Amino acid sequence: MSHDVALPGAAAPTDEDLAVSSARAAVRRRKLAVTGVRLLLVAVWLGSWELSATYLIDPFYYSKPSAIGGKLVDWFTQTTAFGSIWTQISYTLQEAVAGFALGGVAGVLLGIVLGRSRFVADVLAPFIKAANAIPRIVLASLFVIWFGLGMSSKIATAFILVFFAVFFNAFQGAREVDRGLVNNARILGAGRAQILWTIVVPSATSWILASLHSAFGFAIIGAVVGEYSGADKGLGLLINNAQGTFDSAGIYAGMIIITLIALVAEWLLTLLERRLLRWRPAASGSHDVQI
Amino acid sequence: MGETERAHACTLAEVRRERTVRIKRKTPAIAVNSAKDDLRGLAAQGFTASRPLRTVPAMTSETVPVIELVGATKRFRSASGGVHTAVRDLDLTVAAGEFVAVVGPTGCGKSTTLSLVSGLEPPSHGRVAVNGREVTGIPEGVGYMFQADAVLPWRTVLDNVTLGPRYRGATTSDARDRARDWVGRVGLGGFEDYYPHQLSGGMRKRVALAQTLVNEPRILLMDEPFSALDVQTRGLMQAELLRLWSGTGAAVVFVTHDLEEALVLADRVAVMTAGPATVKQVFDVRLPRPRDAEEIRLTSDFLDVYREVWESLREEVQITRERMSGRVA
Ligand SMILES: Nc1ncnc2c1ncn2[C@@H]1O[C@H](COP(=O)(O)OP(=O)(O)OP(=O)(O)O)[C@@H](O)[C@H]1O
Ligand SMILES: [Mg+2]
Repeated sequence: MSHDVALPGAAAPTDEDLAVSSARAAVRRRKLAVTGVRLLLVAVWLGSWELSATYLIDPFYYSKPSAIGGKLVDWFTQTTAFGSIWTQISYTLQEAVAGFALGGVAGVLLGIVLGRSRFVADVLAPFIKAANAIPRIVLASLFVIWFGLGMSSKIATAFILVFFAVFFNAFQGAREVDRGLVNNARILGAGRAQILWTIVVPSATSWILASLHSAFGFAIIGAVVGEYSGADKGLGLLINNAQGTFDSAGIYAGMIIITLIALVAEWLLTLLERRLLRWRPAASGSHDVQI
Repeated sequence: MGETERAHACTLAEVRRERTVRIKRKTPAIAVNSAKDDLRGLAAQGFTASRPLRTVPAMTSETVPVIELVGATKRFRSASGGVHTAVRDLDLTVAAGEFVAVVGPTGCGKSTTLSLVSGLEPPSHGRVAVNGREVTGIPEGVGYMFQADAVLPWRTVLDNVTLGPRYRGATTSDARDRARDWVGRVGLGGFEDYYPHQLSGGMRKRVALAQTLVNEPRILLMDEPFSALDVQTRGLMQAELLRLWSGTGAAVVFVTHDLEEALVLADRVAVMTAGPATVKQVFDVRLPRPRDAEEIRLTSDFLDVYREVWESLREEVQITRERMSGRVA
């Protein structure tokens, strides 16, 4: 039986090996150059900020890198005004993760259900549009009144922000399922539930994953803004307190911690995405070795 | 030209009506053959390859038609809000184990005809029956290879082929065993763990074929399955289809716009009119089986049938072409 392409595992000739290794080397060189230029940019940026804050502008308003660094060291080696920095981080993180998980699940479920049922979608469309138009961040204040100063009000804020971000993508993803794939599954003998599980959910997955990236950012914003509106612990409280005491370095330091958390979350989501979307052809311009 | 065609179509319509009446009285096979007797006067003379009174796969009392379309009509709402008739008054019967090819100009309604048989679309008028039962929903034992790629891109070759058995309640290990067997049979052994995007177009078609055949359909609908392939691969796939089909006893309806392909594969070839589609003429292909898909197209018998069927098809292709150029101008 002959095949359309070469069999896997066929012995590669040597000049092919050479081509691969030289292509790898080129990729490595490129990566090194990119990282080098990035580090240089950061150094120039921080250096000029430090210099101008020392000689030109008022560090009271703008702070400077060394002061921010000092603040961070302070927080991590000693303590903040509200107890250990780790307590604050874990508090905010718990709120964000809980809001993210709940909002994500609710958004995916409702999005897929509505995406698959024309009638319900038509009925609910104006309400969803209206709900989406509400400036949701304002709800944070309302939630503090409803749920008190504890974690639940922050989780609610994060939930609302995440929910809409995920919902719209899941809805769109479920709607744009290829009809040919659904028909094929029906012919092969699939029932409604099987079509949902084997066709609709996987094909909506890339849409959903795309929204999860921004959704975790929203979850952190929700948690921090919630803490801003009233809390007894958390990074938002820390920043709010720094603002109250005109401690601009404290605001920056809080910002940096939040940014780092968001970056770690982003990295984890990218790993998840790679795992779930393994089946996709590598995007052009990725770091694959191409000859 | 246009006049003669219309006259031609008129006579055909009469013939068809007559045939429909006969179908109601007699068994369909005999009815079709007698209709062909009438058609012989219309067809160009002198071709011996397609004799009307051939023994169609032993049409006895036990071979009731597995597919029966009687006066089937399908209308769609067109984009402009009007009504578009894709299939009009179409009669076609397919016996168990028979390989019927359907040829017709592009856009005439071939795919629509298959969607009627598969139960994916209900007819607007007329009767569509599979295994003697009116089609409502997807009939049991039907396999359908679509015109467009319908392989799941997020599943490996093996997992794509397990779909059918899994949907039908087989256990995971049983489904995998059967899938592995079929992946091997269509010549993809060693590629079980590849994702569709890592395969060539021809290999993806093989996956679709295995995915359909693993359910062991009694009726196999195929919509231009090989039209996207290069000539060599197509020849190869035709040979493999014949190999896989022989001995299964499944009825096949094979849509193609490639007349050569139709004649290489089929027992009968139905020529469709330019849209809205209806069966213009049915030709018997009296070529011996088992056939060598590569060799048979060089025989003189083959060329004779080819010329005869092409005579009929050419008019419809011409009409479609004129319509299209009219639309472009
Ligand atoms: N779902 C639909 N809605 C509206 N019109 C349709 C639909 N499906 C098919 N048609 C129309 O019906 C006609 C026949 O379509 P069909 O797909 O059956 O043609 P075909 O013979 O398979 O063509 P091809 O050889 O190009 O595949 C076309 O004019 C097409 O526009
Ligand atoms: Mg078609």
